[in-house]
Amino acid sequence: MIEINKLNAWFDDNHVLKDVDIKVPKNGSFGLVGESGSGKSTVLRTITGLVDDWEGEILVNNKELGPTRDKTFYRLVQMVFQDPFGSLHPRHTIDRILTEPVNIHGLGNSDARVVQALEQVGLDNSFRFRYPHQLSGGQRQRVAIARALILEPKILLLDEPTSALDVSIQAEVLNLLSRFRRELGLTYIMVSHDLAVVAHMCDDIAIMNHGRIVERATASQLADGRLEHPYSQQLYKAAGGYDRAVVDSFVDWD
Amino acid sequence: MSNETLLSVKNLEVTFNTPKGDVHAVRGVSFNLGRERLGIVGESGSGKSQTGRAILGLTAANGKITADQMTFHDVDLANLTPKQWRKVRGARISMIMQDPKYSLNPVMTIGDQIIEAYREHHKVNAKEARHRAIDMLDAVKIRDPERVFNSYPHEVSGGMGQRVMIAMMLIPDPELIIADEPTSALDVTVQLQVMAILDDLVRDRGMALIFISHDLQLVSSFCDRVLVMYQGHVVEEIKASALHEAKHPYTKGLLNCLPKMDGDHSDLPILEREASWAEG
Repeated sequence: MIEINKLNAWFDDNHVLKDVDIKVPKNGSFGLVGESGSGKSTVLRTITGLVDDWEGEILVNNKELGPTRDKTFYRLVQMVFQDPFGSLHPRHTIDRILTEPVNIHGLGNSDARVVQALEQVGLDNSFRFRYPHQLSGGQRQRVAIARALILEPKILLLDEPTSALDVSIQAEVLNLLSRFRRELGLTYIMVSHDLAVVAHMCDDIAIMNHGRIVERATASQLADGRLEHPYSQQLYKAAGGYDRAVVDSFVDWD
Repeated sequence: MSNETLLSVKNLEVTFNTPKGDVHAVRGVSFNLGRERLGIVGESGSGKSQTGRAILGLTAANGKITADQMTFHDVDLANLTPKQWRKVRGARISMIMQDPKYSLNPVMTIGDQIIEAYREHHKVNAKEARHRAIDMLDAVKIRDPERVFNSYPHEVSGGMGQRVMIAMMLIPDPELIIADEPTSALDVTVQLQVMAILDDLVRDRGMALIFISHDLQLVSSFCDRVLVMYQGHVVEEIKASALHEAKHPYTKGLLNCLPKMDGDHSDLPILEREASWAEG
């Protein structure tokens, strides 16, 4: 469904992605893990057309992407951003936020689509004419997911979709995303700094550091901690909570 | 750890007067704190931060604090004048906030800010203060303390900024540190490194620590005792090492809904909230 070969990207003189290769089968779920500045979000932003200076090959549905993205691309691929406080227009009602993509793509029947999209993400109709500030963080993230789903895409790019949420709300949103993958046959690329979230959601995982994929693992390899690269091992240990001795073994990867 | 009580809080209530009516943020929280590490855990809106802020008299102006007792040694924290507060805040109790980006002064060098914190409470000359500040930066494991001393906050990373905050808060040698989500804005490995620094300093100097966080597992691996808060109430107090024996359904629910690295992709258990939890 998605194939990326030798992807390189630059921000001015900074070489932020170095030879990134990713392959995601249809209905697959691929996880990118890493710390701040590792380039994990940049991979998603490059696919979706938010990064200008890149080289390499990105194939979506066996079609190679050029420098710009057209409307058919966005019918197929939608992105959900990390911060539900920043990604919804503060002065648009939920109704308007959800109607806009429908109108842009000229799908018609927007009324029924909005009602359905809200229902899919478990929000009742009373939310429809509210503003984002009247919603909690978890409810806003549901709206952001509804906005992506309303175009009936086949691929969702998820950039830390739950890291701004409380753990109990995170569980609800993750379950919702798992259900959509099952029921709608979606394909995911998910970015997170949280190894456990990615291990739970994804089949294949890549660990990134300084723009490079340092290691690939399957969910079961990750579950057993079968990781080779010292950087991935360090991340794995760090996910286990505070242990003074473990901290002393940390090496800086700057 | 001795059993001497540093801080005693009984039936603390914090209420905010808002245009939409009173918001009861903290409802009857009581605990005693010795020279130990106490974790306060809860989700957004549970009142964990407001509990910490009330102890330091930092509640916003529209908030009202009442407590049957709120004493630090023999100081009655409930009735201090602003002048008396200045002798307590920073000097005897200090607070580390979440985001160094917002809690450091952006137009003052890091060194000057640490010196300011130190000289506020200790009468020393500029040379001595500078010497102390650099020692303190060294103590929080900053590799090039001279350079950081002369830097502005925007010139250092998040992890470095938080070490600077710790340096600034610890330099007056307080007896009690309240750390409110001190590492939540940081990457996991940096987070643990910063916690290790805090761990060592608190241990070496025999300080008491209140560690406020949303992360139950992290807190229990770091603290001696944990209070779990839900809607302003303490629903459970547990020894950190006995977290798996937690009894309250909220605490158990919080632990269960975490995704685990066991390769199991089935749905996560959802936390079902019960109205009775909010009644204390």
